[in-house]
Amino acid sequence: MSSVTVRLAPLLRSYTGGADTVSASGDTLGDVLDDMERRFPGVRFRVVDEQDRVRRHMRCFVGEMDVRSVTAPVQEGDEVFIVGALSGG
Amino acid sequence: MGLMLLVATRKGAFVFHGDAARDRFRVEGPMFLGHVIHHIVLDPRDRRTMMMAVSTGHLGPTVYRSMDFGASWQEAVRPPQFAKASEGKRARAVDHVFWLTPGHASEPDVWYAGTSPQGLFRSEDAGATWESVAGLNDHAMLETWTGGEQDGTPDGPKLHSVLIDPRDKRRMYVGMSSGGVFASDDAGETWRPFNQGSLCEFLPNRYPEYGQDPHRVALCPTRPDRLYQQNHCGIYRMDLPEERWVRIGEAMPGEIGDIGLPLAIHPRDADVAWVFPMDGSTVWPRVSPGGRPAVYVTRDAGAHWMRQDRGLPREQAWFTVKRQAFCADEGAPVGLYFGTTSGGLWASGDEGESWRCLARDLPEIYAVEAAAA
Repeated sequence: MSSVTVRLAPLLRSYTGGADTVSASGDTLGDVLDDMERRFPGVRFRVVDEQDRVRRHMRCFVGEMDVRSVTAPVQEGDEVFIVGALSGG
Repeated sequence: MGLMLLVATRKGAFVFHGDAARDRFRVEGPMFLGHVIHHIVLDPRDRRTMMMAVSTGHLGPTVYRSMDFGASWQEAVRPPQFAKASEGKRARAVDHVFWLTPGHASEPDVWYAGTSPQGLFRSEDAGATWESVAGLNDHAMLETWTGGEQDGTPDGPKLHSVLIDPRDKRRMYVGMSSGGVFASDDAGETWRPFNQGSLCEFLPNRYPEYGQDPHRVALCPTRPDRLYQQNHCGIYRMDLPEERWVRIGEAMPGEIGDIGLPLAIHPRDADVAWVFPMDGSTVWPRVSPGGRPAVYVTRDAGAHWMRQDRGLPREQAWFTVKRQAFCADEGAPVGLYFGTTSGGLWASGDEGESWRCLARDLPEIYAVEAAAA
């Protein structure tokens, strides 16, 4: 199981007590979100819906790679960046 | 006792606190600035618990609840969400929670939520956790009843107007846009279409069993066998036990028509209801007809309608009022309140005879609820 650093956009920090960076572990993006959910209840459902699809205006990066699936792999030392990317007014 | 107006907008929530005379109002807010608020409801059973349907463009849907009259808010531990789809089945996800209804008076912690796309959810712990009402959400006919997401309203198909019969907690109604009105006699275990007599101008069969677009359905609290409906194709009334909608909007002035979104009913007199017509002609502009907004009232259960526009703009006012944004209080005379798509909040202290503007430049208003406080 890999240890990663998760960097969070401001819109998710109400779930992490204001922390902009947290540690998490897992072998996939889904594992990482599950691990975060255990410590920060509610955060997973803000990133993916009940069908495990990344929400339309959320973007998840592993390193510099834009990933769109919870099955995307992560590796030891990766940085996962979760950000909101909203269009419109 | 004062009055609270719970105003849900596209950019946050506002509470207008009124004095006992409903004369002076103090605004509190915005709360949850930047979040999309679809509905705020004060629980009439304890007059303390509040529930708020919240989403943002990024973070998806949730419900916040307050157990202390809005002083503090907590997010639901498990917001409404559909069951995970099995292989090959339609995978539905809640886009937003649209509607909130407190349960029957005998079930103090029960709440219902209607969502977009059409789904019904129930909480038995005052909004902390929400479970899918499988009798509707997993019904074999639901997709046939509602059509695809392209058949819904412009901002997403939705389930609304969750109504509980005050005499029987097992008797429920919901409206689905699209889909129609549906009834349950067993607390949501089974459902049946409830649309006889309701016109569908947009389908080849003009009076189908289902597929209608009810915009707002209301049950008269002092006469629960009477229902009113503002539909995509007219204004209707139903008097049980005859399960048939009667179009009462044909008595509206021809140049105004009987298309609109909201509906408000009198808290004590089942013959009195108010509508806010919009232009549903040609390409459906969805604005006040002629740019001259007006409420219409019936005092004889729909046989006649009278225009009420004193104090409202006389011309060049092109707003409309969404389906949750028109309500009545329980005062005597009844106070009426509506919020507009252009952010105006309007009030009448004399049952619609005259109107005044409480706020002119709020964000687009999605819902207004009046609650004694």
